[in-house]
Amino acid sequence: MMLITCPHCGPRAQTEFTYERTIDSVVQPDADPAQAMEQLFTRANPRGLDEELWRHTFGCRAWLVMTRHRVTHTIEAIRSVGPVALP
Amino acid sequence: MSGPTRAGEPGSIRFTFDGKPLVARPGDTLAAALLANGIGLVARSFKYHRPRGIMAAGVEEPNALVTVGTGGRSEPNTRATDLFVYDGMVARSQNRWPNLSFDVGSLLGLAAKALPAGFYYKTFFGSAKRWMFYEWFIRRAAGLGDAPTAADPDRFAQRAGFCDVLVVGVGPAGLAAALAAAEAGDRVMLVEQDRLLAPSLVRDLQDLDPAWAEATAAQISALGGRILLRTTAIGYWDDNLITLSQRLAEPGEQPPSGTAQRLWHVRAKRVVLATGALERPLAFAHNDRPGVMLSQAVRTYVRRFGVVPGQRVIIATNNDDAYLTAAAMRDAGAEIVAILDTRPAPAGATSGFPVYNHTMPLATKGARHHLREVSARVDGKIVRWQADLLAMSGGFTPVVHLHMQAGGAALDWDEASQSFLPGGARQNVTSIGSAASADPAGPTPPPENPGKAFIDFQNDVSLGDVDLAWAEGYRSVEHLKRYTTLGMATDQGKTSNMAALGRLAEKQDVAIPEAGLTTFRPPYTPVTMGLLAGRSERDAGAHLRRLALYDVHQAKAPIWQPLGYWKRPRAYPKGEESLAQAALREALSVRTAVGMTDVSTLAKFEVSGTDAAALLELICATTVAKLAVGRGRYTFMLREDGLVFDDGTVWRLADDRYLLTSSTGGADRMAAHISYVRQVLYPHFRVSAVNVQEHYAGIAVAGPKAKNVLTALIGEEVPRHMSTVPATIAGTPVLVLAASYSGERAFEIYVAASEAEPVWRACEAEVTAHGGCLYGMEAMEFLRIEKGHLVVGGEIDGRLTPHELALGGMLNKAGGYIGAAGLTRPALTQPARKQLVGLEALEGTIPEGAMLVSTQGQPAEGHVTASGLRLLDGGSIALGQLNGGFARLGEEMLATSPTRGQSARVRVVAPHFYDTSGERYRD
Repeated sequence: MMLITCPHCGPRAQTEFTYERTIDSVVQPDADPAQAMEQLFTRANPRGLDEELWRHTFGCRAWLVMTRHRVTHTIEAIRSVGPVALP
Repeated sequence: MSGPTRAGEPGSIRFTFDGKPLVARPGDTLAAALLANGIGLVARSFKYHRPRGIMAAGVEEPNALVTVGTGGRSEPNTRATDLFVYDGMVARSQNRWPNLSFDVGSLLGLAAKALPAGFYYKTFFGSAKRWMFYEWFIRRAAGLGDAPTAADPDRFAQRAGFCDVLVVGVGPAGLAAALAAAEAGDRVMLVEQDRLLAPSLVRDLQDLDPAWAEATAAQISALGGRILLRTTAIGYWDDNLITLSQRLAEPGEQPPSGTAQRLWHVRAKRVVLATGALERPLAFAHNDRPGVMLSQAVRTYVRRFGVVPGQRVIIATNNDDAYLTAAAMRDAGAEIVAILDTRPAPAGATSGFPVYNHTMPLATKGARHHLREVSARVDGKIVRWQADLLAMSGGFTPVVHLHMQAGGAALDWDEASQSFLPGGARQNVTSIGSAASADPAGPTPPPENPGKAFIDFQNDVSLGDVDLAWAEGYRSVEHLKRYTTLGMATDQGKTSNMAALGRLAEKQDVAIPEAGLTTFRPPYTPVTMGLLAGRSERDAGAHLRRLALYDVHQAKAPIWQPLGYWKRPRAYPKGEESLAQAALREALSVRTAVGMTDVSTLAKFEVSGTDAAALLELICATTVAKLAVGRGRYTFMLREDGLVFDDGTVWRLADDRYLLTSSTGGADRMAAHISYVRQVLYPHFRVSAVNVQEHYAGIAVAGPKAKNVLTALIGEEVPRHMSTVPATIAGTPVLVLAASYSGERAFEIYVAASEAEPVWRACEAEVTAHGGCLYGMEAMEFLRIEKGHLVVGGEIDGRLTPHELALGGMLNKAGGYIGAAGLTRPALTQPARKQLVGLEALEGTIPEGAMLVSTQGQPAEGHVTASGLRLLDGGSIALGQLNGGFARLGEEMLATSPTRGQSARVRVVAPHFYDTSGERYRD
């Protein structure tokens, strides 16, 4: 069970979080349908670092972008998305 | 005299083994106590039912599995070597019938050729008939202990722990490391699966003694360190999280505190693994008899427990450690008949023992209970010795399980000790002591005698089985494991994996490290299900959210029905009514007069802001923006792949304020979905979406007299169907929505949850005055099925498009909603996909969950999603999904449920059976 450092709440157990999807499968509703389906169904699934969308479901509920190594589970970077992340 | 004995005081702890009353000394393991009582035969092997004794003295024991305790405390497959005897303990042997000494299953051993490696595989892959034939025998013949059927009366606790340094294993190395860390100011935790500190000090008479261990432990405690005995580190997880299983009572024992075991989650900054090493057996013919033991185990029984496992001892070894065993046995008065050493010469002194170099045992002979004879080839001639104990040592395997789970990238192969040593690891962990280094070991020559030479005693896998798997084309170590079952079951190959790996490497003609390793999965030793479940069982197994009106319902003693996190009244039976009778009465009351029910659990979201309509037009696949203030509509939501995952209603309360309702069970999912759209896709939207599921209680009033009830409650301003007005009931502000889920004119009244009771009582008084009653979910189900309303989890199962659910006409023509792109996928427009249909019984009752077939025996073409009835005439009807169903109206099919043993002839019809024109919604 990973220890995830939420940018708002600090280090918390993985059980508080929900994995949602990879960043490259975030599809805007107005995207070209063929492109959207490609993004949704054909995942890169790299053996290495990937950018993932997580949610601190049982904490601050923020959506987070995690750069995580998919073999070692090392978290290289974590930041929030949404209004709080806007400049 | 032969076999195991113990001199002196027999002990005062009373226990039974297979019903036989025995005594033990304090501190005895069951294995020690059985040996002390002269019992050699303690188990029957898994597959061939061969007689087996005690081989080891620790958790690696493959043979001596027992069931201990009675009733709900009964624990099967417990290692006799990892079980300390307590007064009144009841232990039983396993996998034998009628008894351990005479076991009918052992006849299988005579037919061993019929049960080669991969027997199960071959049977599974053979024809179904073959499996059907063998299954009965296999299930009875092969096996471990029986799982208890009664509930466990004890508590299981869970606890979190945090420390700077966690030391696993309280041997000399672990104690020294823990003391050093504690002296450096670190918060230290030490765990040890035994109940004794540093048991190896008792076994080996080293420079340090047990008093040193006691003193060191006291120092560590004085510095604030925590020492947990009878506690096993069972798993090593990400970011230095280690799970521990702590025994507060022995297996099967009534725990003094009421808590039997505790599961720890410990997050440590640094972990030190002082887990020691396990001795390996040697492979030769019939190396599995009672009386053949591991060398260090023999020494442990002699020195720690005062049990002498045999009087005439043969030692078979490839290393020097076994000579310590020879010395210990000689000190205990046993005769060392011979030491068979595979090496050209022992590295250390032979202490005057009769040593035969370059020698391996050929075979053993014996009776069921004891060993009688050991043979070996000496100078080309076969020599036979009378012996009742064979102590074997095939070298030592450092315990690297936790190291590997910690992300040990690779193990370093140590040629001298023929073992894998822990290399670098990803996490902050170090291995020390004999977990990190092993003494040199000599060769292990292949057996000469063709008799069964076991390597995995627990699964009855011999070297010959490894060869067979190889001959049949199983090349990788993972395939070997699965084909032969080697390394599986409760011991997880602790004593067998290295021997198998050696043989496989030999076959592959590669060095052992190149043959690869199987995965070291947690738990290190078996754990009970109770430990993992902890307090999360029965009512505590899931959260229960209580309805605001829970007490009001409870006063009427309803039948409760779990629904997501909630419980809702299923029906309110009167007198002796059954559930079905009560539900039918309640549903008929709605059809003919009026009824009311609690709909508080529906998911509810208040969406407001200038972009509220824009957000909802993304979430909902229907139009929303065009709704007039005070109006509402049915709506449904799609996933990005275009399939319907939820439905509900949306109401425009003000220009920039909406109420969205959706299914109870999908509430969390919908909240996450809205949050995703809001925060990730459209963070710039000026909108707030608040989950108000529990803020408001909801009361539905339905029936031809519902409008009269509402008029009595709020006056003449009763909203039209799919309209909403604010109102006041019992002096409390409410929101009245005119919406129906029953086929009747109906209203939903929403009120702040804390104010719900007076509103409910006012409604109930009017409903009763109009000849109506309360109704529960069962009646609601009858009503909605007859009307053809969909339910999430039934018809809306996340696999159908709006078109297939006959909702296509309601789609927002302008598109733009989530799922619009997914809906364009060509595969979703294939006409043979499932489509929503109604079903009408021609004879019989349509079984719930039935499959739809053309005739009996044909493949299923669809299924029943909900079975109900025509409330006014009792006819059996249902909703279902059928391949290409829209074009099959009028077709006759069979709805059959093999699990219920029921079938009914049905006709495919349109999915609504009541008021198809919606006449009854009009005023």
